[in-house]
Amino acid sequence: MTSPTKAEGSGPAVALDPELAATSEVDKPKTLEGRSPGQLMWQRFRRDRTGMICAGVVIFYFVIALCAPLMTALSGTNPYTLYGQDPTYVDTNPILDDFGLPLGYFGGVSGDHWFGVEPQYGRDLFAMLMYGMRTSLYMALGVTVLLMVTGVIIGLIGGYFGGRTDYWIGRVTDFFLAFPQQLFFIAFMPVVTAFFVDPQEETPTYFRAVAILIVLWLLGWMGMARLVRSTVLSLREREFVEAAKVSGASPWRIVRKEILPNVVSPILVQFTYQLPSTILTIAFLSFAGVGFVEPTPDWGRLFAAGARYAEQDPAFMFFPGLALVIFILCFNLLGDSVRDAFDPKSGR
Amino acid sequence: MSDNLTLPAQQGPTDASTETLLEVQGLTKHFPIYGGFPIKRKVGAVQAVDGVDLTVGVGESVGLVGESGCGKSTTGRLITRLLEPTAGKINYMGQDITHASRRQLAPVRSEIQMIFQDPYSSLNPRQTVGSIIKSPMEVNGIEPEGGQEKKVRELLELVGLNPEHYNRFPHEFSGGQRQRIGVARALALNPKLIVADEPVSALDVSIQAQVVNLLQKVQQELGIAFLFIAHDLAIVRHFSQRVAVMYLGKVVEVGDRDSIYNRPRHPYTHALLSAVPEVAVDDEAGDKERIRLYGDVPSPISPPSGCRFRTRCWKAQDKCASEEPPLLQLSGNRDGHLTACHFPEDPTTEARAEDVVLDPALKALEKDTADDTESKPAKD
Repeated sequence: MTSPTKAEGSGPAVALDPELAATSEVDKPKTLEGRSPGQLMWQRFRRDRTGMICAGVVIFYFVIALCAPLMTALSGTNPYTLYGQDPTYVDTNPILDDFGLPLGYFGGVSGDHWFGVEPQYGRDLFAMLMYGMRTSLYMALGVTVLLMVTGVIIGLIGGYFGGRTDYWIGRVTDFFLAFPQQLFFIAFMPVVTAFFVDPQEETPTYFRAVAILIVLWLLGWMGMARLVRSTVLSLREREFVEAAKVSGASPWRIVRKEILPNVVSPILVQFTYQLPSTILTIAFLSFAGVGFVEPTPDWGRLFAAGARYAEQDPAFMFFPGLALVIFILCFNLLGDSVRDAFDPKSGR
Repeated sequence: MSDNLTLPAQQGPTDASTETLLEVQGLTKHFPIYGGFPIKRKVGAVQAVDGVDLTVGVGESVGLVGESGCGKSTTGRLITRLLEPTAGKINYMGQDITHASRRQLAPVRSEIQMIFQDPYSSLNPRQTVGSIIKSPMEVNGIEPEGGQEKKVRELLELVGLNPEHYNRFPHEFSGGQRQRIGVARALALNPKLIVADEPVSALDVSIQAQVVNLLQKVQQELGIAFLFIAHDLAIVRHFSQRVAVMYLGKVVEVGDRDSIYNRPRHPYTHALLSAVPEVAVDDEAGDKERIRLYGDVPSPISPPSGCRFRTRCWKAQDKCASEEPPLLQLSGNRDGHLTACHFPEDPTTEARAEDVVLDPALKALEKDTADDTESKPAKD
């Protein structure tokens, strides 16, 4: 990636890369300290504008989601109150017409309800989106971390020990891959729930979250395991692993000190691709009606509702949709940038 | 042929060292080949190393030469126990380490070290030079005087690198410098034996000399024994006191440097020496014998019966196919110079009356040029 200053090319040679020049000048008088591949990657990443902007946007989303109560405090709304039916609000400030559709423009956008309101109930879309993002993002984060950890452990074991171990782990992986995932999500969610909770009683929300976590985790670790396994297989044959063996290192030490640091970059890249797709999967679950249910605010459920209202109030879909598109786009671009930063030769 | 044979003298170190450090007897490594459906079973084996006998004395450097795929590297890996031998015995200082487990090997590990061929893959890209050199000491729990870091700096200085490069990463060094780091890592445990697996073949020629000289300095100053695996005969001659020549998993000739290079007996050694390209400084290039073999090394999955070299040998007879020649001291050879051949060559590398050219293409080519030069004056 050519830095902008380099591309101009008219300035003196010293100013080629102010950032690099500055760091090396600071370094020289002290000690000769090399930059690790990680530091180099960070430096390349910082020069990638798209990556930096996308990283900013993604962090912004996570902060917003984490601060959902703060945001709703600012807007003075909450995601559970039925502003269109509650008499205290209906009398002072009616927001729905006789047909249950929002008054005003663009789904009822106003000073009180920044992103408009939901038809029929009159719930505040801004508050619902904030809380919905919180549910989705942190669920996805949890699921992805679980997937990654499981995949890395299984991949490391299969790749490093090889032979029979690898064969059986590979067959188990194939077995799980053979499940039609989305069908199983839909079919399995009620089963898992019924397994732990008496069907007579109402399923607590936290348990719905746990069930989603379990199902997505069981059916999602295979990709990561395969990636790590293939990386480890090629690393295992490298001579530095043999050098460690010659010095008498234990398999555990070799995995930890020699192999794991070298798998970090593919793991990180895979993570940045996996997270947005997990968000979409969770949204899909809620959309299909097996994820979170009323009244838990959730990104996916907003789309399900939006689809219902699409004919009368298409604006309802606008803000959640735009938010999701921007988020997924930025996260995927961020993934590309991270990959480019780790391996500048592989990209464009 | 019986007049050529004497007693099967024990192969041993030269006068330079009297004590035996490492003794390898009948070392064998067969890599199994599995096939068949639906149940896979062993259908054959790549006989990479098939009965290698070798000794290395204390502080002695032994060269192991041979063409690609003859099992040199596998032998090295068996000795460092990176591979499990199929058969045979490895004795280190009187201790049998052939099938020792990792824990049993622990006390010996620090004394047998290895230098690898490819300096680009033998250093972990995610570790600093300091931690690369330090890790063998950490693994073996060695705490040298003044701390591990001081030792690392000393080692870096010893191999000719700036000790301040301690915190740098391998990607910041050139191939030659990386190989020096590999040498420093091998030296970190004060080993008694270093197996150098083609340590310079990945480097460019100008750097090869530097690294070989470094190894030689290390060998002489620290008294470390070397098993120097290489296919470059000139470097082995420069470095080793004793040389073993391998062909298709077997040692065909072993002896002190002078015997192997000036008085070789085995036809393969003759061919190998003759294949070394030499720059003719003056007109003395013509007085060397010329042997050009044809074809490749036979497949180690089904090696030829009897003498393994017979398929490419110009002296092969029926006996070679039926009887495997033992590794013996032939009459007229010095002590410790053993050859495995039924019909050994004369102990000289002087040019012979007629060149041995087995390659039909080369033969035809040479005939053509000879005809041309003969016919040209006639035309004029």
